Amino acid sequence: MGQTMVEKIMQKHSDEDAEPGKIIWIDIDIRSARDFGGANVVKNMNTYYPGEKVHDRSKTYFTFDCNVPANTIAYANNQHICRKYAKGEEIKVYDVDAGIGSHVLIEEGLLLPGGTGVGTDSHLNILGSIGAFGQGMGDQDIAFVFKAGKTWFEVPETIRIDVDGQLPADCSARDLTLKTVGTLGTKTALGKAQEFFGPTIDSLDLSGRITLSSMATEMSAIIALLQPNEAVLQECSEARGSPVEGIAPDPDATYSANVTVDINGLKPQISRPGKPHDVVDVETVNDVPVDSVFIGSCTNGRYEDIKAAAMVVKGKKIKPGVFGSVVPATRKGYIRLMKDGILEILVDAGFLVSNPGCGGCASGQIGMTGEGQVQISTSNRNYTGKQGAGFTYLASPETAAASAIMGRIATAEEVV
Amino acid sequence: MTVYNGRIWLMLENNELIDDIDTDMIYHNKYLAITDKSQMGQYTFDNLKGYEDFAKKAQPNDIVIVGENFGSGSSRQQAVDCFDDLGVICVMALSYGAIYKRNAINSGYPILTIKELDRSGLQSGDTLNIDTDSGTIEKDGLVIGRVQPLSTVQKDILAAGNVFEYAKGL
Repeated sequence: MGQTMVEKIMQKHSDEDAEPGKIIWIDIDIRSARDFGGANVVKNMNTYYPGEKVHDRSKTYFTFDCNVPANTIAYANNQHICRKYAKGEEIKVYDVDAGIGSHVLIEEGLLLPGGTGVGTDSHLNILGSIGAFGQGMGDQDIAFVFKAGKTWFEVPETIRIDVDGQLPADCSARDLTLKTVGTLGTKTALGKAQEFFGPTIDSLDLSGRITLSSMATEMSAIIALLQPNEAVLQECSEARGSPVEGIAPDPDATYSANVTVDINGLKPQISRPGKPHDVVDVETVNDVPVDSVFIGSCTNGRYEDIKAAAMVVKGKKIKPGVFGSVVPATRKGYIRLMKDGILEILVDAGFLVSNPGCGGCASGQIGMTGEGQVQISTSNRNYTGKQGAGFTYLASPETAAASAIMGRIATAEEVV
Repeated sequence: MTVYNGRIWLMLENNELIDDIDTDMIYHNKYLAITDKSQMGQYTFDNLKGYEDFAKKAQPNDIVIVGENFGSGSSRQQAVDCFDDLGVICVMALSYGAIYKRNAINSGYPILTIKELDRSGLQSGDTLNIDTDSGTIEKDGLVIGRVQPLSTVQKDILAAGNVFEYAKGL
């Protein structure tokens, strides 16, 4: 019987049959912990495996991205606990200057299509963007994998999502993503894997794929797996330094449900404060004044995302009174943006450009919102209190950039 | 036989069990640097509208009842551990976020999934008796609902204490 991608990947990493609903043991190619959760992983290792080594130090990493550099003593302490442990165990640390761990794993070629990775990051399923299985986990789960090199999984059912239509010129992968989140809500894909099909998906670049896969979490899905196209395989091969193979579902794979997302005539999308899946057309809320704008995060912090924002603001100035910030996802992306003059465009427009990291999502790397403050963010979550005490809308880099210029929620077309 | 008997909290908004309670509502990210479990309970639900004083009122042996997709959001273990610290004996939800479910199961914290529950006449403070073997939820000796049977791995990990102890026996 044919298999979906998640079944194929799990099968390849297990001695057991990967049938949906069955609990099987799976080998994990890459095990990671962030500064968030990492100190507790170390604590668990010392509690449950005192004096013992990790299963395979060459497959184990720390990636600091949550609070970088630490702006509280507690985080500084936690990062230092991880560093000291890593030094003793000879585990590589991608430190506070490296950027978002999930992006680093892809960029460094540590994870490849068809592989498996876990980490203390609920958006580690971003790895679905290259056709790999990624799972965010808590600190006990991760400590267990550090030691065992494998763990149990319930093989998820897979939902097939057909994206119907071509992406209009004024929309980006983020608008497609928000449309999908709005269509599926938080229950359709709960606990399931997703596979996406359609011409628009086939032609999405890696940056767009990361955007889409990153919001599987907000749809309560285990992962959104995308079949790598030639360009993605090329990028993974270059990152790895050797050719990599692709992965595809079998033509006769079984899906537990079929959903169609219609993007014909799509308009720029935005999530209203409180719920990522409360998605409307930007034009329905374009009278809302904006106090701050954040462009970055694991969802939209890639070179291409930040360049797209820069193209909107080029030669213009942020509306006085609005605070705009840009946080590239990784150090490599930052360097490229700097060399290509993109950061200069953003700084000239009035944006604050910060060092790479998670930015607005975590613990205030570039500040937080105050009570009553309205923020447009390109991140993936706008739960109450997540990015401060204010109100956070979620939108594309283009919409966020346009809103910074106009001082109200706006599409890029309104700026031109 | 595994039985949970305790005083319930029905987590309600407009008389419906609240769906999509995320980990920031359960245990806000401003407390994430805390690694000592005995410091976690006091912050439980302090970012959930209407339940900010939950931790002050919760008592050992309480049971928390919530809606769909409980624990969606981040991967923080604290959002499980805080209930254990308070002495809440189990959480019952209509469904769970995937990471939350793993975190609870692996740490040996009992989470139960409600299959059906007759809430007419049921209110916070009532005492329920839940038997995970028969799958029944009882009030005053009457069956008012059912929970889904525990998976084998959840049963085994609960019996062992946590995933670390469980793995030793494999």
